[in-house]
Formats: sequence, structure tokens, C-alpha cells
Amino acid sequence: MFKKILIANRGEIACRVMRSARDMNIATVAVYSEADDGALHMREADEAVCIGPPAAAESYLQIDKIIAAVRETGADAVHPGYGFLSENAGFADRLAAEGIAFIGPSSSAIASMGDKIAAKKVAEKAGVHTIPGHGEAITDATEAAAIAAEIGYPVMIKAAAGGGGKGMRVAASEDVLADNIASAIHEASTAFGDGRVFIEKFIEEPRHIEIQILADGHGNVVHLGERECSIQRRHQKIIEESPSPLLDEATRAAMGAEACALAKEVNYSSAGTVEFVADQSRNFYFLEMNTRLQVEHPVTEYVTGIDLVEQQIRIAAGEKLSLSQDDIKQNGWSVECRLYAEDPARGFMPSIGRLVRYREPEASAAVRIDTGVFEGGEISMFYDPMIAKLVSHGKDRATAIAAMLGALDNYQVHGISHNLTFLSAILGHTRFAAGNLSTAFIDEEYPDGFAPLAGAAELAVLVPVAALIETRLSARRAGPVAKRDYTVSVADTDHGVTLVENGTGATLTWQGRKQLLQSDWRPGEMLFQGSLDGTAISVQVVRNGSAMRMSWRGAEVTLSVRSPRAAELAARMPKREPTDLSRFLLSPMPGLVVSIAVNEGDEVQAGQALAVVDAMKMENVLRAERQGVVAEIKVAQGDSLSVDQVIMEFA
Amino acid sequence: MQDIIRQLEEKRAAARQGGGEKRIAAQHKKGKLTARERLELLLDSGSFEEYDMFVEHRCSDFGMAENTVPGDGVVTGHGTVNGRLVFVFSQDFTVFGGSLSEAHAEKICKIMDQAMKVGAPVIGINDSGGARIHEGVASLGGYAEVFQRNVLASGVVPQISVVMGPCAGGAVYSPAMTDFIFMVENSSYMFVTGPDVVKTVTHEQVSHEELGGAITHTAKSGVADRAFGDDVETLAEVRRFVDFLPASNREKPPAWPTEDPLDRPEPSLDTLVPADSQKPYDMKELIGKIADEGDFFETKPSHAQNIITGFARMDGHTIGIVANQPMVLAGCLDIASSRKAGRFVRFCDCFHIPILTLVDVPGFLPGTDQEHNGIITHGSKLLYAYAEATVPKVTVITRKAYGGAYDVMSSKHLRGDVNYAWPTAEIAVMGSKGAVEIIFRGALDDPKAVEEKTEEYRDKFANPFIAAHRGYIDDVIMPHNTRRRFGRAFAMLRNKKLENPWKKHGNIPL
Repeated sequence: MFKKILIANRGEIACRVMRSARDMNIATVAVYSEADDGALHMREADEAVCIGPPAAAESYLQIDKIIAAVRETGADAVHPGYGFLSENAGFADRLAAEGIAFIGPSSSAIASMGDKIAAKKVAEKAGVHTIPGHGEAITDATEAAAIAAEIGYPVMIKAAAGGGGKGMRVAASEDVLADNIASAIHEASTAFGDGRVFIEKFIEEPRHIEIQILADGHGNVVHLGERECSIQRRHQKIIEESPSPLLDEATRAAMGAEACALAKEVNYSSAGTVEFVADQSRNFYFLEMNTRLQVEHPVTEYVTGIDLVEQQIRIAAGEKLSLSQDDIKQNGWSVECRLYAEDPARGFMPSIGRLVRYREPEASAAVRIDTGVFEGGEISMFYDPMIAKLVSHGKDRATAIAAMLGALDNYQVHGISHNLTFLSAILGHTRFAAGNLSTAFIDEEYPDGFAPLAGAAELAVLVPVAALIETRLSARRAGPVAKRDYTVSVADTDHGVTLVENGTGATLTWQGRKQLLQSDWRPGEMLFQGSLDGTAISVQVVRNGSAMRMSWRGAEVTLSVRSPRAAELAARMPKREPTDLSRFLLSPMPGLVVSIAVNEGDEVQAGQALAVVDAMKMENVLRAERQGVVAEIKVAQGDSLSVDQVIMEFA
Repeated sequence: MQDIIRQLEEKRAAARQGGGEKRIAAQHKKGKLTARERLELLLDSGSFEEYDMFVEHRCSDFGMAENTVPGDGVVTGHGTVNGRLVFVFSQDFTVFGGSLSEAHAEKICKIMDQAMKVGAPVIGINDSGGARIHEGVASLGGYAEVFQRNVLASGVVPQISVVMGPCAGGAVYSPAMTDFIFMVENSSYMFVTGPDVVKTVTHEQVSHEELGGAITHTAKSGVADRAFGDDVETLAEVRRFVDFLPASNREKPPAWPTEDPLDRPEPSLDTLVPADSQKPYDMKELIGKIADEGDFFETKPSHAQNIITGFARMDGHTIGIVANQPMVLAGCLDIASSRKAGRFVRFCDCFHIPILTLVDVPGFLPGTDQEHNGIITHGSKLLYAYAEATVPKVTVITRKAYGGAYDVMSSKHLRGDVNYAWPTAEIAVMGSKGAVEIIFRGALDDPKAVEEKTEEYRDKFANPFIAAHRGYIDDVIMPHNTRRRFGRAFAMLRNKKLENPWKKHGNIPL
């Protein structure tokens, strides 16, 4: 077994790999860029080596520097994590040439799966289902009709040089095929200067399902069941689970067998993932194979009880798999949420800055947190905005989801924008609960973007909590009062509440209901933990002057608790229209205006550069989100900007 | 007897009606509450004791003899805010536009005299068109009587002005001489001469809002301390603010029980100051993490943002906080920030409020604008205020404390009681690069040599130890322990006694 492993990665995955290494009594070496000086993965390693400037191309992607760090520390193996050099065949070759073990598959396996077209051919050879289609460009409509009839409608027409949906058309039947081909060719020629188009089967309401495999260097291959990763935003997974609510035993076995066949075909050895797209009738087709550890591997670990990193290390050290397919059982259900530093209410724009507050929910048998950050750490713009993963486990899907929702409520992140509320909203969505997933879930359910509003279910929790908090605050200011009448205002709606304190809690009467709320919350605490009619709740509270910003599940709203008279007078106050933020270019980060690229009165197109802001010694180009006319520029070159400061206003 | 009681009821009812239903409706239409509704929100429910409900003006000119309203356009009295006594007046815009008559002024003066006698804050709600022109000089005299009392009360009881409508002409000088001014966005304005006069005299065209609205005065001029969205929110915030203040200079600042542990560690503070000394960080994070419950009431948050001032609590006791803000102008001192902080420090000293100073200051802002506008005089205000203050003074230097600004920011030499430094502190005459340029002027042309010398200077001075060797710093503390160390320092200083030599008053460079 290895004595010392260098982890050629950063963030949560570096920390994750170190954990297994430590459990196996293997020493760990971290590498870090200048931007990661003091980062969690660097602190957790036994040794750490700086490998250069912040940009990944100058540090984490520098093979020479990684090799030098291996030499300097005397490590005998390298774990690449995911991303960076993990699927770089050249890196695997180089390590082999240097006599350093690579904790991953052979470079030939990486290379053969790295090329999508080649991979598809290998898959077909191994007897793996691929998306039916025609490998050559369409020459005329008659040929197209023949091909489409063979594949079966609906079909997708795709530009050879495609991207961003341009040159893509779906034809539901032969009637529209010719027209769609013509327009796809036209669009592709204009957009890419290449009018070649292909036809393949169009998968309606597709679901992303992947099979985890483990293969050793002795020809043994097993699969560890599936993960469903259909909840994606901008083609990036944000919620994954295992098993998939779609699959039955037969499909699972068929997919597993095909995945193992593919692994054997390429002499795979290590952990790997075969990704499939499936339709709602459980037809599945090969997409690609990832020759590395996946971000979402913990859900498989939870349901199978197998430590995938440990397996990777053992396989790389030449050990035989100690597991046979029969040993592998799926036990219960596991769900993973990815915590991203981004703003779901603003098109998932990445957010950077200092983690002013970062408190994780308590880890337990049912909740696991894989993190790469800590309170007081910095989220920089140089790397992926995914900063941690929250994974839950339960005896069934509903239990795992419930554990996840509870954990999300207790997850406190301040200082940057994050997607915790959005994740809660999805997990609490009835369609999600029904397991009725597809990769278009987010686009379909949140067509106008996400707003963390409070519905009746959320208000039933937030209103009593706000009233009890106000009672505790005013008791300290002006002494206790046995019974209080409040009006709790949320988004222009008033709720009259009568609160009677009793010992550690209070009885609340409002809108015909009676609730018993108990909590030992004390002024200053930002997490209100208590029980409402016997159900445990955790609500996050930030006091903002005399109002409170509260979040629970998928809601984040401002509440004011007032006397009924004050609320009556407040109702007379003029209503302020909330500012339409799309009319402004706001500074996404604190920084300095390097230049303004437009003038007042200019018409700008979506994507056009508007201003350059220097933050953390990096120049950031801010672009127009949509077409418009610049009405007023509010800052000048050299001005310093705070977060959300208005840079310019559009007409 | 029954008749008198009936008359009393009638008069009370008339007084409560103010300027009548139509004018009340007009007031509401402007998004403003009436004088009495405002007091209802400001004071604890049922605590208001009204004075002089039946006072009427004594003017008989211009048909005013028949035109009287009981109360004469201002509601006065006392009540409680969270159980603590305050005196209040609330101008009634529905009665003669809230204009100030001799009788109206007398009512205000009466509660001010009373407040000084018993030692309780005065909160004035301003909503007045100005002088009662019918009364001529009697009205002007009334203003001056109020001004005189503002000055006598200054430093005796806290005075708070809540400007909730127009406040123009000479009338502005009463709020100006009170300790804090709150305004309401979009419905209040203050100016000495209004837009019409401005246009006649200077041909400048300017709106009420732009000339003297809430944004102008909270951000630009610094006349007002805070502005809020509407009357209801503003009065709720005034109540929160009053909780921090002592009743008078005869009392210690208030304290209340807190369950926020004084020894609460904040490990994240260890990474607050970035490794690169040119990089800014948010001093408000430090304030939020050391204050009880993270509760901080900032004053003048939009004006001179390179310095932060406001109130917080430490172990339940009110403290005043002055902090350089590296996020704005690198936290340097300039005219506006010196005046803002200087006045704040003097308020704290008047009312026995201990002062916590958080220092990260690279020096004074250079430039002709600053020099020509008198940074020498204005900068010395903050220096004077700190040197004069006898309240407990606890300070921590988080990073830079350069040059004269080091002296100013509650240094040991200005009778600082407890002066701490974080390990990241750099206490020096100036930044290393500038220092080397001066010491070796012309002697070093090789950039490498300059770099070496800069490094040498940094090693020698860019740390807290030189100052600690001399005892200018009492201890170098770990950032994560800052709250605990402050808490102990203030507890130790609770019975501090220090007096300045007897004098009529000092001569602060105004």
C-alpha cells in the first residue's frame, strides 16, 4: 500500500480524498495555488506545497509543478480528484513514466473515453445502447426521411458545429421534417459557417441516469447501481440521488451489465461512471463515460456502504476487488445537494467573497457534509463555485428528502449568495416528491426564475416564530407581558396573532388555528430552533433594524411584527414599488472600476461588454444580460464599488 | 361642575381633531401620519401625558383672533419608550401648517425645561412650514427661546430630532443643535433657504428633495444621521435608538441582561485582515462579531463612509464605536470623517458612554481639496475630541496605524485606557514604501535595492512590537479573542474616574 498520496486538486474533493487516506493510515500532501493559501484542503493535509498563481492553468493544471511537488514530498501516488487533470491522459502517461502511481484508470482508457465520437463507437462495439442516429451529415430530404423513419419520430436535427441550441430542431413527424432540416441548415450556416446537420433520436423528457462501476487491474468489474442526476441548471447537476425513482430491477441490471461490458471493453481499472440518458419509459442510451470519481459519488457510498475513494486507492495499489456483484446491495435512499456560491434569483450568477458566516448542519448517520470551506474563508473567482455537498440518507426516498430539508434549514451561509433556499424549494416541490424528474425540471418549474416566496405552509411556521422572537426581544426591553396582540406583516399581508407565553414557549392563536411553539431561542441567535406543535423546526433569522429577514425551506422573506395599531398605521404608508433590478447593472463584487466600455445613450446587445471591474487583482468583464439602451452611467473610472452598487442604469 | 367637565371633553375633542378631518386626510394622502399618530407610535401604548392641550395663540392681526385651534399646532408632553421616560413635542402640520407661534414655542420650551430638571431625553418631531408670519417678531423670538434651550440642554439630556415634513429657514437650527437627526425618505426636507429663493438669488434650479431631502442630508451634507422609508419605520427605529441612550448626563448609560457570552470566540476574525495589506476588508464584520448579539445602531451610515460610528452593547452596557473602514478611501481620515467621528466622540463623552475604537488608518487624505477646505482645522476636531474625552477608551489596531492618524485614533498618548493590537498591526510613521523613498531620497536608484530597504523597513516597523516595547500597546491579542478582551477591559473600566482641569469650556477648533 502507498505511504503518501498527493492530491492534485482543491476544495471539497481534496478534503474528501484525504479523509479516506487518513482512515487507511496514508499520509497526505495538498497542493495549493496562491489564492488557496490557507484554504481548508491545505490545512487538512499533512503537508502542503504551493504550485503557483491563482489561475488554474498556472497551478492546478501544471503537470510539471505537480510532479515537482510529488518529488519534493516523496509521495508515491497521485489522486486527481475530479476536474483539473483527472481525465488528462497525458498526465496519467507522465506519472507512469515518472514511476508514480496514478489513482485512476490507464491513460488508454481515459483517451478512448475522452473522445465522444470514439467513445460511442467503442460502446456500440461493447453492445451498449447508444442513441439511434445516423453518423453522417444529411445530404437531401429524401435521405433524411428514410433515416428518420428508421430511427423513429420524434427526431432531433443537430448542427455538426453546434452549440448553444443553434441549428437544433425537433421534428415530431415527417410532415415537418423537410422544413425543419432547411431551417436548421440555414441557422447552422449563419451561426457557424458550416451547414452540415445530423439526425438522431429525440429523447422526450430525458432523465440523466448513470451507473457507478469499480474495476480492478485483474479483470474484475462490478457496478454499484445507479444515480439519477436529472435536476440540473445550465447543464450542471445540482441535486442527485441513488437509487433512481425511475428504474426497476430489470432496467438497473441491464444498465449495470452494459456499463460493466464497456469497462471491460476498455480494460478499465478504477472507479468510473457510465452516463446514460433515459426516457420516461426506461429506454436508456449511452452518453459518455467519466473516467474519474464523480462529484455525486457520496450517494452511492451511502446506499452501498462502500468507500469509493478507498476502493480507488486499493485498485491503484494493485489489490484485487474484494467485492463480487452479489455483495453489492442498495440499502435505503440517498440524496445529494450541491451548495453553490451563486445567486439563483439572478440567473445563477456566481458570487464571490468572504464567508462571513458558515455553519454546517450537524453531521449524523443520516447527514454527511463534504466541504472545502470554513467560516472566514474566501470564495474566489478562480475556481468552481461549488463549495460543499450535503448528502442525506434514509430508509426510503421520503425519509432521505426529509433529512435533507432539515439539514438545509440548519445550514447557515452569509457573506455570499448561495442556492440553499433554491435547493430547499426543489426538494419541497410536489413534482420532485413524486419522482417525476427530467433534465428540464428547473426550466419547466421555474420558467421566470426563482423567487423565494412564502406560501401558506411557510407562513404557518414563520409567523409564529416571528411573534415569539418579538416577544423575547420586547420582554427584555420592557418586561414580560402575559398576553400580546401582534400584527405580523409579510409582503403587504397582515396576520393578526395573539400570543400567550407559557414557560419555555407560547400558545399562538391566529386565523382560527391554535399553535404551540416552544424554543429556547435567545436574542442574538441567528438560528431559531424549536418545536411547533411537536414538529422540530429550524428557522434562520437575521434582524434588520426593526424587521426580520427569515428563511425556512424554500422561502426567504422579511417580516415585521407590530402592535395592531402600528400595523394599521403602517398600512397607510405609501407602497414602494420594488426596484426593477434588471434595469441596472450592479457590481457583483467589491472592486474598482477599470473602465466603462459604453456611453450614455448607447444601444447595447446581450453579451456586450459594459464595464471592467478589478476585484481581487483580477479584471472582470461585466456584460449586458439583455438588449437595451444605456440611460445613465453612475460611476467613473477609478471609482471603488461595493457589492450591488449601481454601475449604470438602462432606459 | 358638570358643565366644566363637558367643556373639558369638548375642548379635548377639538384639540385631538387638530386642523380637522380635511387636513388630516391631506396629511395622510402625503403618506404622512398626524402629530398624534406619530406620538402613538413613538411612545409606549397609553404612556403619553399631554401638556398644554388648551394653549392657543395670542395673535389678533390679520384675522387670526377668530382663528384659533386648541394646542396651537404642536402636541407636547411626556411618555415612555420601553418604560424609560422621555419628553416629546410633535408639530402638527394640519394646524396652521405646523407653523411656530409664540405660544407654540412656549409649549416646546416648557417640556424642554422640564426634561432638563428631571433628566430625560427630548425627542422633537418636526413637521412645520416655518414661522407664524402673522406674529412677526414674536415668532422669531419663539425660535430663539427654543434655540437657547437646545444649547443649555446640550450635554445635559440627549436631544433627538425626527424631521417628518418640512423644516426650513431658521427652524432648521433647532434640530441642527440637537444630538441626532432622523429623517423620512421622500417626505421630509431641511434647508435654510428653499428652492425658490435659491433660484432668485443664484439662478440655480433645484428640487426640494435634491436641495434638502433625506438622501442629501444623510449622504452628502451629513446633517442627518439616519433616514428610513416611512413614518412607521422611522419611529420604530427611533425607539430602538433610544434604548441605547442614557437619560441624562447624571446617569450611567443603560444596561440590560444579555445571554450572549462575553467569551464567545470568533475564529473567523483570524482571517479578517487579508495577507495583502493593500486589500480592503469590511470593518463592519468585526463590529458585528464583537458586539452583543451583533446588534449595532450605526449613525451617519451613508456619510463619510471611511469612518464608522454608532452604538452597540458590550455585556449589556451601551458603548460607542468609532472605526476606520478600509473599504472606503482605504479608511483614511479626511474632513468629513473627522467631523463625523469628532462629534460622535463628544456625544459619548457628554453622556458617559465608553468608546471603542477600531483602527486601520493609512493617514490623512492628501490633496488641495482637503488642504484648502481646512483639513488642518477639521482634522483636529477628532484629535481634540479624543484627547478631551474622559470616558473609558478601549482601542484595537487591526492593521495600519500610520503617522498622525495613529495619534488621533484614541492612542495611548491621548489617555487611551486599554490599547490592543492584532498581530497584523503595523504602527509606523508611514507605509514602508513611502518611508524608504524619503529616507533614501535619490540614494537608491536600483529598484532591487529599494525593494530590499522596503522589506527591511517593513520587518522593523510593520508589526505591533515596536509600539508594544514602549508600552503604547498594552497587549497583542489574537483576533478570535477580541470580544472577550474588550469585554474584560470595559468591565475593568466601569468605575473609571478622570477629570479634566476646571475650565469654563475648552476651545475646540470649530
